[in-house]
Amino acid sequence: MFYGLCIFLPLIGAAVAGLFGRVLKPRGAQLVTCGAMTLSVVLAILIFYDVAILGQKQTVQLFTWVVSGEFQVDWALRFDTLTAVMLIVVTGVSTLVHYYSIGYMHHDPHNPRFFSYLSLFTFFMLMLVTSDNFLQLFFGWEGVGLASYLLIGFWYRKPSANAAAIKAFLVNRVGDFGFALGIMGVFLLYGTVSFEAVFDATPAKAGATMEFLGGQYHAITVLCLLLFIGAMGKSAQLGLHTWLPDAMEGPTPVSALIHAATMVTAGVFMVARLSPMFEYSETALAVVTVVGASTAIFAATVGLCQNDIKRVIAYSTCSQLGYMFFACGVSAYAAGIFHLFTHAFFKALLFLGAGSVIHAMSDEQDMRKMGGIWREIKITYFMMWIGSLALAGVPFFAGFYSKDIVLEAAFASQTSVGNYAFILGMLAALLTAFYSWRLLIMTFHGPSRADEKTLAHVHESPKIMTVPLMILAVGAIFAGWIGYDYFVGSNMDKFWGEAIFVLDNHSALRDAQNVPIWVKVGPVFMGIIGIALAYWFYMFRPETPAVFAEKFARVYRFLLNKWYFDELYDGLFVRPAKYLGGALWKDGDGALIDGLGPDGLAGAVRYIARRVSAFQTGFIFHYAFAMLVGVSLLVSLFLFGFGSK
Amino acid sequence: MLEIGIGHYLSLAAVLFTLGIFGIFLNRKNVIIILMSVELILLAVNINLVAFSAFLGDMAGQIFAMLVLTVAAAEAAIGLAVIVVYFRNRGTIAVEDINLMKG
Repeated sequence: MFYGLCIFLPLIGAAVAGLFGRVLKPRGAQLVTCGAMTLSVVLAILIFYDVAILGQKQTVQLFTWVVSGEFQVDWALRFDTLTAVMLIVVTGVSTLVHYYSIGYMHHDPHNPRFFSYLSLFTFFMLMLVTSDNFLQLFFGWEGVGLASYLLIGFWYRKPSANAAAIKAFLVNRVGDFGFALGIMGVFLLYGTVSFEAVFDATPAKAGATMEFLGGQYHAITVLCLLLFIGAMGKSAQLGLHTWLPDAMEGPTPVSALIHAATMVTAGVFMVARLSPMFEYSETALAVVTVVGASTAIFAATVGLCQNDIKRVIAYSTCSQLGYMFFACGVSAYAAGIFHLFTHAFFKALLFLGAGSVIHAMSDEQDMRKMGGIWREIKITYFMMWIGSLALAGVPFFAGFYSKDIVLEAAFASQTSVGNYAFILGMLAALLTAFYSWRLLIMTFHGPSRADEKTLAHVHESPKIMTVPLMILAVGAIFAGWIGYDYFVGSNMDKFWGEAIFVLDNHSALRDAQNVPIWVKVGPVFMGIIGIALAYWFYMFRPETPAVFAEKFARVYRFLLNKWYFDELYDGLFVRPAKYLGGALWKDGDGALIDGLGPDGLAGAVRYIARRVSAFQTGFIFHYAFAMLVGVSLLVSLFLFGFGSK
Repeated sequence: MLEIGIGHYLSLAAVLFTLGIFGIFLNRKNVIIILMSVELILLAVNINLVAFSAFLGDMAGQIFAMLVLTVAAAEAAIGLAVIVVYFRNRGTIAVEDINLMKG
């Protein structure tokens, strides 16, 4: 009973706040949604205890959704360890973000709408992680996309917010196209879309082939790659990542909840959920690894040069998602999910901390206009430190455990793609530490570059905002230390049960315990170099960055412009589409269809009528003459024509 | 001496009728001329009626002629009244200026 309640409470909260927002006033809407979320997180903890600790996996049947011939889909909630972990992450972060938003959004006149969207998002996300079949997964998938669209465009008077919302929606559509094709392919191959049935049948289908784009290919590889395209879109992997930085146009709590902790990790969740399928396709796993590793390094390099505090964290998210993917790609799904789990804490912490900074700086987001404010906002400063330490993988913070195990697994996989991922992951670890401290120093230290009015106004955020930060900070410190044994350590097999499936010959995660010592300390070493470099660049020799930017102007511009991805897509897709649309509109619809159709017809009638009306001269003698001619004609016709036979 | 028969009466009526018609649509000057032309047409018809009445020995024709005369008188009265009112309103009764119905 409380299994279902945990999922549907946010929906109830969203409906009440959304439909009766005017009556409830902001205070009422906040109470309803935060209350529902708090209950939900308590239930999620109970579920986690039941499912993950006691090992009682459950499936709650709700009702049958679609029956059409052989195609049958149920609404069912599937609770296994993977779901339970995601439940904790989603409801936990979501609840904290709800509370935080009470403080952050208190100036905004549309409070009920905001809280309704937040809760709606949480519901869809819970639907996604508890889905029992592909179609339900797709439902949650599209639902979070919708909620993300609504929240990015929450400040709908800002043109840039609208553009970002549409961009997020459209780029996700590309991924969803692959995802939808994948689901159809799954039905084609298996005759069902239920996870249970598909996973059971997969070993038997391991050798099957299917036709795709005119060729015969290994069926499971095709399906996995198609589904992975969906994951790439949602999780902002290289190629389909362009929407994530722009999504920062939304309110900061939204960025923390959707674009850092939960929605963007849906792709990782999906790959882990479908591990019984991915395991049977070496090609798909290799692609996942390469894409993940490439994203990790790409986003980290771009993060080096961004000046908007939220964009730096957004690229950092993108990069960390890359880590999660290449962990999955080397069959260390548990490590990927572990990183997802710890990342949710420290990245939400960083985002909410950034929100607190922005709040203090009167909505300033450009780090070049910050600096020297750490004394005014000590709590926020401290929390950002914890978040950055965790992100950089400094020992005994959460990120240390998860990032290390991801990199160790990549090394231990002993494949060429694994090595590729390991090397790029190591480099990205250095860059991660560098840009994290660049952010810290630029934001909090040095001489202040803000104007005096802003500076006079700098103030610590209220308790309703700082307490969620502290709770997340506790997670960012202890999540890795507590979770290590369960997620990837000695209790791993018992903890995951059947939630994650790994073939026996894919032993990267087990071998990760026996890697050489330099691999184990490598990431920490990299992190410390990165931090030291950042101090050198921005604290002790603040003139160095400018010198570097000048010396490597080409590289700097390349990174500043995000590898020119937006320009590339603009030239490749946006402009041609716009041109084609314009041509079809002006020439196709306007000139051809309207011209020959309604407009042309009306024009012809008007022209003829004007010519005919010229006969009406108004002179009586003209009418008389016409009458005479008419009479003569009729009489002649009568006398000499057909009448006179 | 020339015998005057039905043909002569009909010819006269036809000439009068044609004159009336041409009076209507060749006239560019005055609406009163149109009224007079209409009168001419009606009289031409009357001549026909009376001529046939005498020729066929049927009184109905002459009765019709009387009827047409009264109608013509009424028509002339109304027509002239319209022209007077029209002149008051527009200051002219030249046919060329009366073209309010122009399309």
